[in-house]
Amino acid sequence: MKTIMTGNEAVARGAYEGGLVFASAYPGTPSTEILENIVNYKDDIYCEWAPNEKVAMEAAIGASVAGVRSMAAMKHVGVNVAADPLFTFAYTGVTGGCVLVSADDPGMHSSQNEQDNRNYAAAARVLMLEPSDSQESKDFMRLGLELSEIFDTPVLLRMTTRVCHSKGLVELGDRVEMPVIPYEKNIKKFVATPANGKVMRKNLVQRLKAMEAYANTAEINKPEYNGDEIGIITSGVSYQYAREVFGDEVSYLKLGMTFPMPMDLIKQFAGKVKKIYVIEEMDPYIENHLKMAGIQFIGKEVIPEYDELNPDIVRKAVFGEREEGIKVSQEAVVRPPTLCAGCPHRGFFYALSKKKNVMITGDIGCYTLGSAPPLSAIDTCFCMGGSISSGHGAAQALRKTGNHDLKVVSVIGDSTFFHSGINSLMDVVYNKGCNTSVILDNRITGMTGHQQNPGTGYTLMGEGTEEVDIPKLCQAIGMKEENIYIVNPNKLDEVNKALDEAMAKDEPTVIITKWPCILKKFSPQDKKEFDLSPKKCSINQDKCKKCKLCVGVGCPAIHSGDNIEIDKVSCTGCAVCKQVCPFNAIEEV
Amino acid sequence: MSEVKNILLVGVGGQGTILASKILSEGLVEAGYDVKMSEIHGMSQRGGNVSTQIRYGKKVYSPIVGKGEADVIVAFEKMEALRWIEYLRKDGKMVINDFEIPSVPILMGQAEYPQGILEELSENVAVLVIKAAEIAENLGNSKAMNIVLLGALVKAMNVEGVDWKKAIQNNVKKGFEELNLKAFDTGYNL
Ligand code: SF4
Ligand code: SF4
Repeated sequence: MKTIMTGNEAVARGAYEGGLVFASAYPGTPSTEILENIVNYKDDIYCEWAPNEKVAMEAAIGASVAGVRSMAAMKHVGVNVAADPLFTFAYTGVTGGCVLVSADDPGMHSSQNEQDNRNYAAAARVLMLEPSDSQESKDFMRLGLELSEIFDTPVLLRMTTRVCHSKGLVELGDRVEMPVIPYEKNIKKFVATPANGKVMRKNLVQRLKAMEAYANTAEINKPEYNGDEIGIITSGVSYQYAREVFGDEVSYLKLGMTFPMPMDLIKQFAGKVKKIYVIEEMDPYIENHLKMAGIQFIGKEVIPEYDELNPDIVRKAVFGEREEGIKVSQEAVVRPPTLCAGCPHRGFFYALSKKKNVMITGDIGCYTLGSAPPLSAIDTCFCMGGSISSGHGAAQALRKTGNHDLKVVSVIGDSTFFHSGINSLMDVVYNKGCNTSVILDNRITGMTGHQQNPGTGYTLMGEGTEEVDIPKLCQAIGMKEENIYIVNPNKLDEVNKALDEAMAKDEPTVIITKWPCILKKFSPQDKKEFDLSPKKCSINQDKCKKCKLCVGVGCPAIHSGDNIEIDKVSCTGCAVCKQVCPFNAIEEV
Repeated sequence: MSEVKNILLVGVGGQGTILASKILSEGLVEAGYDVKMSEIHGMSQRGGNVSTQIRYGKKVYSPIVGKGEADVIVAFEKMEALRWIEYLRKDGKMVINDFEIPSVPILMGQAEYPQGILEELSENVAVLVIKAAEIAENLGNSKAMNIVLLGALVKAMNVEGVDWKKAIQNNVKKGFEELNLKAFDTGYNL
């Protein structure tokens, strides 16, 4: 049966068909939907959200050692977090097949960088597969589990946003039930002490040779000969773009397995065509292999090394053709992302943005949007979990150099706090730092579309579970009880009071803002704990003096034209705007 | 059919473009086409621009449509029509929902919502303007606006042999089938 699926759905299907038993992940665009679809097979596959990618990888490793097929999934930057266990796992090899899915984001649709994780496969020396559409996403996931066992190596399945999020037809198959490989203690294989590691390293080199021999004959490394003038070497979604642009008249070498690189096959192909183009997105990864082999080709000198590729870009780069779109005189106004109407982060950021002399270190999540105007309440943003620790470094440096006027406030979400922010907070407390850490607890992982995390009380498979108590956790790592403030972020006076007190102290402080994301499906507990009854606000036009102070809260429900008005459909009645109106013109209705 | 056809659905997060494109692609699959579809939405859950590209034919490679290649574009929001016009073929058709959602710079009074979009676009290409929100509201629920537009799009696409009724019934919430079928027909017969 053929059905239409996204690449992510297809990866989940491939895992199911391939007899997978264990899956773990931390949500991150564009990888999130992989586990959200695996949960549909929860009768056969145990699956969970891990607090971060390193934990997900390690759990998948444990499941593999215990004898079942396993996987971990994450976005490209997540692999940076998981790289530590990955590199050693490459040494030990597997018991049950294990696949790490890296979903890269060329073009940075929703990421802080666009690193090319194909480089990880080469650095860690693990076999790598690169699907180019949904069908291959399914097939390669399944194949990856098999190859992992055949070559005794973890396999990197490298996806990109366009493959993850585009849909194509997929032929479904049945699940193969894999018997559990009985557990045997094997210290020499799985204990990476230096003495064992040295042997493992030798094995790794042997294994690479075997994998390269396979790569040269693998069916997924496919030459398609159509004449000897032009040959295209490509992988992943770039193949589809190249196919679109060059058509049926040229020859193709489509590489489905790109580490180890099938060098014999490439040389053979190169010998059969007069002119070679390497069409690849991001880094000159295939290209560098060709250079080392002394093969002449045209590649990155015409194909951009940044941003996502598409047929237009490839066509223009190769043939110099210009696109011929319709031009009109007007331009559309940009539509930048913004905190939703009623977002609980807005009230907090509004209050924070009015404080003088603060440096605000930020993190990755919906609240990164607090950096956008009019709030502009974030000064830095590097990586998941980095806000508190970079804030700590800044605060210590300011203290050391005698600058006591500039205060540091670090903001982080609940899920991100569990991800790795907790370590940073330990650093602050233990090393007697002085930044104010704000945990923006919206009771869910917001930006990726509402996944459970250790603070929400539910598992991925929908069971109720023990919930982490954030204030108690902070106390457990040494935060003084009187330095922990819990506030309703929609109440500006509460937020202001907590900020003023916390920022005045020369010791570590924590503010926890607690209110559910306005878009989340409220749990019975949310309904009990918070007043979430539907409300609206509206502007009394007789009282409104058009001072536009309410516009400054940046709520997309407030329209500023000839009159300032609140859109009654999108307003949620959070009343943040009401609190800033000096003329009491905003009323709850 | 050997040639690949390109369709774009563009709008603002929360407008139901994704559901409409799901119904569209399922119908096309059922009718035996090779179909590829690509979705792009940015960082925010609500309010950012969303676009879906659908390509169908005998064999489809790239999931994305290039500039000047779309056969039909349906804009769920007026300003988005302006943003995507470059993607339309010179002889393509545009279906525009006469509906405005101002973006943040406009809300804050830093930019103006462009005026005369419909007039200018009509001078350049074949445009069908629909007041889908009104139509849907009259049918009983303004949310069905997306299915009204889907009906108009399907008419403009001029494909045959697709059971749209079934594709709609498969994808809309229980209890809303009647409303959505009516919305589709109204859009189709405009
Ligand atoms: S999804 Fe939730 S947390 Fe994210 S911006 Fe919207 S309301 Fe705020
Ligand atoms: S009450 Fe004000 S700030 Fe809150 S959602 Fe409504 S318009 Fe926006």
